[in-house]
Amino acid sequence: MTGEAMERSATDTDLHYRRTPPVFWWTRKPSYFVFVMRELSSLFIAWLVLYLLLFVRAVGRGETAYADFLDWAASPWLVVLNVVAFAFVVLHTVTWFSLTPQAMVLQVGGRRVPPRAIIGAQYAALAVVSAFVLWLVTR
Amino acid sequence: MADADEIADKITDEITDEITMRVARYRPDKDRDPGWQEYTVPQREEWTVLDGLNHVKNEVDTTLAYRWSCRMGICGSCGMNVDGEPKLTCATFLSDYAPGPVTVEPLANFPVIRDLVVDISDFMEKLPRVSPWIIRDEEQSVDDGEYLQTPEELDAYKQFSMCINCMLCYAACPVYGLEPEFIGPAAIALAERYDLDSRDHGARQRLDVLIEEEGVYGCTFVGECTRVCPKHVDPAAAIQRYKLKAAQESVKMFLLPRALRR
Repeated sequence: MTGEAMERSATDTDLHYRRTPPVFWWTRKPSYFVFVMRELSSLFIAWLVLYLLLFVRAVGRGETAYADFLDWAASPWLVVLNVVAFAFVVLHTVTWFSLTPQAMVLQVGGRRVPPRAIIGAQYAALAVVSAFVLWLVTR
Repeated sequence: MADADEIADKITDEITDEITMRVARYRPDKDRDPGWQEYTVPQREEWTVLDGLNHVKNEVDTTLAYRWSCRMGICGSCGMNVDGEPKLTCATFLSDYAPGPVTVEPLANFPVIRDLVVDISDFMEKLPRVSPWIIRDEEQSVDDGEYLQTPEELDAYKQFSMCINCMLCYAACPVYGLEPEFIGPAAIALAERYDLDSRDHGARQRLDVLIEEEGVYGCTFVGECTRVCPKHVDPAAAIQRYKLKAAQESVKMFLLPRALRR
């Protein structure tokens, strides 16, 4: 008995039990899951930026290139990808808008601007920009 | 006599409400790995998880080890993971987990010493790195009186000064769990607390520590620290505000000639 105890203390002096987070730690809590999805959404943002650039390039190259682009854009796999990407963009927008007041403290007239006002202003700005783009495209 | 019987009946009725606590046990002298032990404790309206543990310790199993002190959410020593959430056990009611069982584990992300007791030396080492005290360019002598402050100046940092060092935010932070070098939410919130203090001149000194990779930039803004904070300190906000400050400082360093910096 004593020999055994001595052996353990000689080889294993650190008796702390250390826990490492499992690979799927982010599935354990809804808030962790939303966080990881928010991080993942940046990949889809990158994709949509690339898609927009390809679109602009096609427009610049003339009518046939534009028609080709539209054909390509109508392919089922691309439609699915873009729908998924759009869903992630919405998630990205909503989550970051709601986090802004935590990172940004605005003082107006010696008073702190309430978080709701900051979030509201962002949605208002988004609406204005969207309306402008809609006008630009459809006029 | 009838009254006494009635009261006795009432007391028995209350006691018959029971809840099972599933408690993580680890006895390094006996166990290689932690295990679980179940205890059935009375579930009374006013009983917290800590009351349940104290009942176990006093009446059922004296070998159970855990930390506690004030029972009123001030000392910050009774933090544990209750049903997977970091909580102050003195402020978490057993009745909220009825019908049970309620699991009680040591705070996540810290090494376990025994049962529900974690090793906090990593936090104790990190905290002083951000110099969480008032730093003056020139120390005023005691004869000159105290450093005065207006209520507005107090409001600027008050929220961040409510931290009780309970480390729930470290237990909730996946970044700290995955990269233990990260200086962590409470330390950064305290740095911000002193930075925002009108009597303090130590912002530059703290920035030098926090601008490092394991400083503010370790944070990916999961925001869970803020959600679990029992004192509504909002460490996530402190960290993002610090990032903004650090970024402004970096831009200044890049754009301004040496003489104009600061």
